[in-house]
Amino acid sequence: MNIRRCLGATDINGLTTMITETLSFPGIESRHSMTRVFLKWGALAVLVAAALYLILALYAQREFVFAMLFLVLTASAVAVFVSKKLYAHRYIFPAIAGMGLFVIFPLMYTVGIGFTNYSASNLLSYEQVQDNLLSRTYQSEAIRYDYQLYRTAEGYVFWLEGEYQNLTSAPVKLNEGERSAPVLPVSGKPQGEPLSIREIIQLRGELSELTLITEDGRELSQASLRSFAAIHPQFTLHGNGSLTNNQTGVTYFPDHETGFYRDGDGKALSPGWTVNIGWDNYLKVVTDPSIRGPFFEIFVWTLSFAVATVVFTLALGLLLANLLQWEQIRGKAFYRTMLILPYAVPAFISILVFKGLFNQNFGEINLVLEGLFGLRPDWFSDPALARTMILIVNTWLGYPYMMLLCMGLLQAIPRDLYEASAMDGAGPVNNLFNITLPLIIKPLMPLLIASFAFNFNNFVLIALLTGGAPDIIGASTPAGTTDLLVSYTYRIAFQDSGQNFGLAAAIATAIFLVVGALSLINLKLSKIKV
Amino acid sequence: MAMVEPRSTKYRVLASHLGMLAFIVIILFPLLMVISISFRSGNFAAGSLLPENPSLEHWYLALGIPYTGEDGVTTQPPFPVLLWLWNSIKIAVVSAVLILALSTTSAYAFARMRFAGKGFVLKSMLIFQMFPPVLSLVALYALFDQIGNHVSWLGLNTHGAVIVASLGGMALHIWTIKGYFDSIDRSLEEAAIVDGATTWQAFRYILLPLSVPILVVVFILAFIMTIMEYPMASVLLVDTDKLTLAVGAQQYLYEQNYLWGDFAAAAVLSGLPITVIFLYCQKWIVGGLTAGGVKG
Repeated sequence: MNIRRCLGATDINGLTTMITETLSFPGIESRHSMTRVFLKWGALAVLVAAALYLILALYAQREFVFAMLFLVLTASAVAVFVSKKLYAHRYIFPAIAGMGLFVIFPLMYTVGIGFTNYSASNLLSYEQVQDNLLSRTYQSEAIRYDYQLYRTAEGYVFWLEGEYQNLTSAPVKLNEGERSAPVLPVSGKPQGEPLSIREIIQLRGELSELTLITEDGRELSQASLRSFAAIHPQFTLHGNGSLTNNQTGVTYFPDHETGFYRDGDGKALSPGWTVNIGWDNYLKVVTDPSIRGPFFEIFVWTLSFAVATVVFTLALGLLLANLLQWEQIRGKAFYRTMLILPYAVPAFISILVFKGLFNQNFGEINLVLEGLFGLRPDWFSDPALARTMILIVNTWLGYPYMMLLCMGLLQAIPRDLYEASAMDGAGPVNNLFNITLPLIIKPLMPLLIASFAFNFNNFVLIALLTGGAPDIIGASTPAGTTDLLVSYTYRIAFQDSGQNFGLAAAIATAIFLVVGALSLINLKLSKIKV
Repeated sequence: MAMVEPRSTKYRVLASHLGMLAFIVIILFPLLMVISISFRSGNFAAGSLLPENPSLEHWYLALGIPYTGEDGVTTQPPFPVLLWLWNSIKIAVVSAVLILALSTTSAYAFARMRFAGKGFVLKSMLIFQMFPPVLSLVALYALFDQIGNHVSWLGLNTHGAVIVASLGGMALHIWTIKGYFDSIDRSLEEAAIVDGATTWQAFRYILLPLSVPILVVVFILAFIMTIMEYPMASVLLVDTDKLTLAVGAQQYLYEQNYLWGDFAAAAVLSGLPITVIFLYCQKWIVGGLTAGGVKG
């Protein structure tokens, strides 16, 4: 009672009543009932069981990294929800787990990939490659049977004519999905007319999946429209990990340096497996001229793009914010709404709109330019023009944000500073450089750095507007003159036929370092208190 | 009103108005052009801002209705725009609800409780928030490939994967909500706890009802950010009928199959609602965005 009186004294009567009402809400007292406890533990048990199933399945498939990831995740979930001491962590656990799973783990995994040769040709693990090769088969030329097919009421009967013996099968229900059948040696042909070649062709899907098994366990599969032949495993595994090709007799040895099986002449067997190659990806970026050249060109462009974007958007935004702050201007609400419109339209739509408007042949911008000045600039095939276009579009997209930021900051500057400067006869330019800028630059700095980091990695703009085009000549990986580092890594990983994930991850790691440094500086500058 | 005014003020005001109006005309040119193009017939037609022979051809196609022109040729809609829009909205609503629920509870703990590693976690969230997911797409792809082998509705080419992946970007929202919670006097909850409420009840019945405005803002913010998300959806989703609008829209402008007019109608149709929502909520959204410093 005492406390309630105190609260009432601080003039929040209404709220106090609300609290009293909610607290006396029926049911709250009985929340700690047995049913709730059972429900809680039951739900936890179900979740843990599901997670354990996933972990075991991943472990069985030798995906140790992922099994480990989910093990850590499940263990911490159980710890947090069981321990009374970690009560506060229950509230933050889902969010932290989400970040861990989808931000931090992918980040670390990417850094790890950067030290491997993970790519389209080296996608699997060593064991998976071995399994893949050992599951391969070939059909022998020696053991081959011509066959005929008879239709009976119970199914199709095979008649196989071989060099040494003839075989026949029990009726096989081909149309009902039967895919293997035993065959036995006999002397006489089945009764009736065999199926014509046309009817066999109609059954070719079913026939190609069928395996016939002889008495001694040999497997036969269809070799041609008219014949079945024995299947043999293509490779035999030896104790030292080497494989012998049973068809050609060549022996392949595992090469763990490059992740391939190689024969005596060094010829590699596909597929390869992923191996650790240390700093090779990084060395490649620095030493291989067909990568080094494009990489540095793209790096310089990425830096200049990010700096130019921040400068242009800030200049435009600050100018407009100043105008909108001016007391003499009327209709501010109208101007404000019109000016932030580019910010309100979803970026993926406005970027594509610009892509169409800038089109060299049918684009409205070139139609206008041709009508006025007789010009038809090649916005997408000339590197300098393409970069200009990108900066124009990005300034259009980004200035409203800067304008809104500046408007907020300008409001905090005391008006009398400008009064005083006007008394001294200062003009708008003087005011800008001697009053406005010095006062807003400090709070603005962290936001400018964030904007720099965002544009440094402005993947969507490049991907949707130019896709990196026009290409850099002489590059061995896909690289364009308008590519940013981030779209460059994306193209190496997902658009190149080689899908060199390792190289892409190495460049991504370098970008991580840049971004990490920027955000640390930002944290220092913004003096965030937690 | 300023006490000291130079004589030239009148002309400067006039010049500012003219300058801003001219600027607005240039800025709005692309948007007006797209609206105009969506009413022109054909995909390559040139013309003035007000189309001479307005046609609803592209609008029919954007709405998924086959269009029969005057020459009797029937055109089928090239892409399922409404389906894409629906996919986008579905993903964005589910994501936004999940993000809101999880970041509110986290923000509560960060704002009101003391626990080991709080400062460290909050700061590292801010740092990791700046790492673009594009860079770890290979890892995300591998992760969902693995999960999908065992849990099919969370694998590649599912909306579940896109929804779950969007949960990685919660730090910004946690910071926004935490800032709001910090501004609410905690004596109310303390009083409730003294009266016998549990921590959860104090949160659920006292703090939450007081924080509805910020929850609405975070919901809208998360909704819009998921709608606009491009890189992850472009890698995770493959089938045409599963794409989100952000991924699908670019298919109109392929070099080999250039459907400028159809795109214009689809862009206006799908962009308008999002633009209106944004303009309506801009006051709050801008506050939230300046806290995290993303976009633009």
